Amino acid sequence: MEHKEKPKLAMYWASSCGGCEISVLNIGEHILTVDQVFDLVFFPCIADFKVSDVANYPDGYIDLCLFNGAIRNSENEETARLLRQKSKVMVAFGSCAYEGCIPALSNLTSKQATLATVYDDNPSLDNPEHIRPLEEAEVPEGMLDLPEFYDRVKTLDQVVPVDYTIPGCPPEPEQIWAILQVVVAAFTEGAPLPPPGAILGAGDRALCDECPLAREEKAVSRFYRPFEIDPEPGKCLLDQGIVCMGPATRNGCKALCPRVGMGCRGCYGPMEGVEDQGAKMLSAIASTIDVGDPADLDEEELERKIEEVVATLPDPAGTFYRFSMGHSLLRGARPEPEAVTEGGGS
Amino acid sequence: MINEKVGVYVCHCGTNIAGTVDVHEVAEWSGRQEHVAVSRDYKFMCSSLGQDLIVDDIEEFGLTRIVVASCSPHMHEKTFRGACLRAGLNPFFLEMANIREHVSWATSDKAAATQKAKALVKAAVERSVYHKALEPIPVTIEPATLVVGGGIAGISAALELAEAGHPVYLVEREPSIGGHMAQLDKTFPTLDCSACILTPKMVDVGQHPNITLMTYSEVEEVSGHIGSFQVTIRKKARHLDEELCTGCGICEERCPIKVVDQEFEAGLGKRKAIYRPFPQAVPKFPVIDEEHCTYFLKGKCKLCQKECPTHSIDFTQQDEVCQVEVGNIILATGYDLFDSRRIPQYGYGRLRNVFTSLEFERMVNAAGPTGGNIVLRDGLTAPKSVAVIHCVGSRDENYHEYCSNVCCMYSMKFAHLVHERVPDAEVFNFYIDIRASGKGYECFYHRLLKEGTHFVRGRVAEVTDAAQRPEEEGKLIVQAEDTLIGAQRRIPVDMVILSAGMEARHDSQELAKRFGLGCDFDGFFVERHPKLDPVATMTEGIFIAGACQGPKDIPASVAQGAAAAARVAGLIDRGTIMMEPVKASIRTDQCSGCRICNNLCPYNAIEYHLETNVSEISTALCQGCGTCVAACPSAAIDGAHFTNDQLMAEIEGILWDQRETEREEEEAAVPA
Repeated sequence: MEHKEKPKLAMYWASSCGGCEISVLNIGEHILTVDQVFDLVFFPCIADFKVSDVANYPDGYIDLCLFNGAIRNSENEETARLLRQKSKVMVAFGSCAYEGCIPALSNLTSKQATLATVYDDNPSLDNPEHIRPLEEAEVPEGMLDLPEFYDRVKTLDQVVPVDYTIPGCPPEPEQIWAILQVVVAAFTEGAPLPPPGAILGAGDRALCDECPLAREEKAVSRFYRPFEIDPEPGKCLLDQGIVCMGPATRNGCKALCPRVGMGCRGCYGPMEGVEDQGAKMLSAIASTIDVGDPADLDEEELERKIEEVVATLPDPAGTFYRFSMGHSLLRGARPEPEAVTEGGGS
Repeated sequence: MINEKVGVYVCHCGTNIAGTVDVHEVAEWSGRQEHVAVSRDYKFMCSSLGQDLIVDDIEEFGLTRIVVASCSPHMHEKTFRGACLRAGLNPFFLEMANIREHVSWATSDKAAATQKAKALVKAAVERSVYHKALEPIPVTIEPATLVVGGGIAGISAALELAEAGHPVYLVEREPSIGGHMAQLDKTFPTLDCSACILTPKMVDVGQHPNITLMTYSEVEEVSGHIGSFQVTIRKKARHLDEELCTGCGICEERCPIKVVDQEFEAGLGKRKAIYRPFPQAVPKFPVIDEEHCTYFLKGKCKLCQKECPTHSIDFTQQDEVCQVEVGNIILATGYDLFDSRRIPQYGYGRLRNVFTSLEFERMVNAAGPTGGNIVLRDGLTAPKSVAVIHCVGSRDENYHEYCSNVCCMYSMKFAHLVHERVPDAEVFNFYIDIRASGKGYECFYHRLLKEGTHFVRGRVAEVTDAAQRPEEEGKLIVQAEDTLIGAQRRIPVDMVILSAGMEARHDSQELAKRFGLGCDFDGFFVERHPKLDPVATMTEGIFIAGACQGPKDIPASVAQGAAAAARVAGLIDRGTIMMEPVKASIRTDQCSGCRICNNLCPYNAIEYHLETNVSEISTALCQGCGTCVAACPSAAIDGAHFTNDQLMAEIEGILWDQRETEREEEEAAVPA
């Protein structure tokens, strides 16, 4: 590959926490190989590029763009469109870009409520004048502008076409490295790329497939939050009443959380063919509830008993849609600004 | 890329649909929708001309999907699937939109009805393009049949099948077959002796080479499906060896323990601790009642064992559990009599001379506890006046709202029997309406009018012994409003008979669950169709007959028993039937073995394989209910004919106008 130009790599963070970048760097010494194989052309986290640099690249100049973060505001969307235009392969990298992740939980409430929580109703705030950011503000030096804060958080594929998706919050370093190897092979040796639209760095079955805990038939008479119970080692957490999203979540992380007694949070997203991970897990969880033989109970008693079990499941939206709200069928709450002014969407 | 040609057929159903829905508009509009190649409306799509429209269009236009907007699939899916099949199209390429029950019958608002009809048609079109060709699954029918319940309905079903040459297992919970009919004295309106017409049938059952009679037995578990049900039956210990017992009755004679017979004699008579419910019992073997037998209570006595000439008594005998395989099941589990104690103002259990209808049946029976004499509770005095109260527990919103169907007739039979046995006694029948709609029933009513029965039209408010006038002293006073003369009446009588209604068996819900069928609000088993399929149920291979389906008299129960037998015989003769291929299946490459589905299946069709860590559905056992499909968090279970893409497309279709508004709004929102 002497005189051949190196493929160009970009990575961008939109509405995200930066964990995806850390995970890329967590591939360890392989990062040197990445540097060797790719030309970095845009990577705000580790190198100083400007958006204007990207704007000046010819269309399709970037070979691989790893886009992480959800689309929260107009700047996120603008950059997504720009990078799409300049990139041959656009990857939704990590849960935020893929399905909205934590930022998209704010779709359960309104833009006003979110701003109120951030600028007014927070014990650590001191904002007696209720100052809010403005999209445009006149200062002596001239006009300043800020991106527009959207009503709804969108996922990357709701804004631009996406070629591949890498799930995870964040994606696991081994998986990232494995994907990069495939991509490198494709660019340097002409090996085939995965089929367009593919989910990369994850398996085709649910997490339970790689979870070492022993499972039984499910019959849960109450649910526990993590601090309420010491899980019995070696035993399926869901069987013990600890909510574990494993059955509704793609494998690929080697069941890291359940291995240490923490229920799967569902960050690898739903299985192929599932439109709504939260709804799927809710219907599965509902199926595990055990209140004895319904034939022995009258309708009212049955309902009351089921309600009692359900009451041990706080914050269902945050539990079952923690990562997938933006991409779910549900999408969020219906905007009714006057009805939801107080923060909190649980 | 979807490339299907859909034909849409909008049915007028006479004016049933066309009176409310603008069918021309729906058809015309459908014709402009995506995928639709032909669209028509027609007066009666289910007629042969209507079906021919479909057949001809499939041939002429090469249609690949058919949408019929008419009644419910329950009604005519089979019809239209047949039309598809005749034209060489896989029948599962049909989709129905129910614009009758769900639209025209539900509203009189024509604009709204037309709009909803469009939405349902759009949904059906969108769904149909995702339909997949399915092939029915052949199932062999095991020729043996299980009949549950040995009353008159079960007896007639069992005999019909046995006579046709098919093996039958007849399971009865009590020690003898015969059911309620064996307890009755005369049958209305012909006044045949109930036992005289029933016992020959019972004997036939007992002797028939094709019938395996299992009395004092209960079905514990049922699994499998039409053609092959595995049934677990518990045969309770009678404590005697049926091979040795000759039914001589010596044990019964010698047994020193007398027990009030709450079952057969309705508490009026007594029986021994080893007993046959009645002399003509089939089978002839007695049973030992462990709750009252001295040996079981105190460990000694064994008089029956000592006296038995064939040494058949066996105190150590245990319940026996056996398995049988049958192709079909007929449930004829009968009814419970309404408990008259639930209406305290009628005084049963508190006022001595208030009797239930069943007590009276036993009393007038020549083989009953009083030898057929109509007497008061003292066992001696004949009543000079008798009141018969109709509708006890029936047609009453506090108990059962339905009419129990038989009480008017048997109440009049009681009046007649009183006239016959105590000629100078006066009889008052208190009724709401006289319902005498069977053959010869009205004639019987007129006979009673001539016999001098006083018919008082009005619901009885109270039966009391609190006398207000001298002539009421020592009598039971029946207080009722006589609605024909518009006055309150207090009628003093010596005896009151409460004509209790029929209600579903106390354990009918449990039974329904065990056999996989439904109960209505009153607890009676639900038939497949109230008019056109009265003995079949929603579970293939399970039939119902007699009063377990709803209150009915003897002729109707016999007819249903025979009807259920005929349905079963038809299936047995076919040998193999085709089962709906609407079944769930697990894609093993997507199953993670999470085991969520494992204990959900009401038909026990799901099995988990530890070695491969996947679950599997037995196609033969699956009934296609979809419970597991909805529950599978990995979407690894497919419900054939109800796949995710089919359902999502249907939802998108139904919301077509919402989508359009949404799109318009979005377009308006985007700044130019």
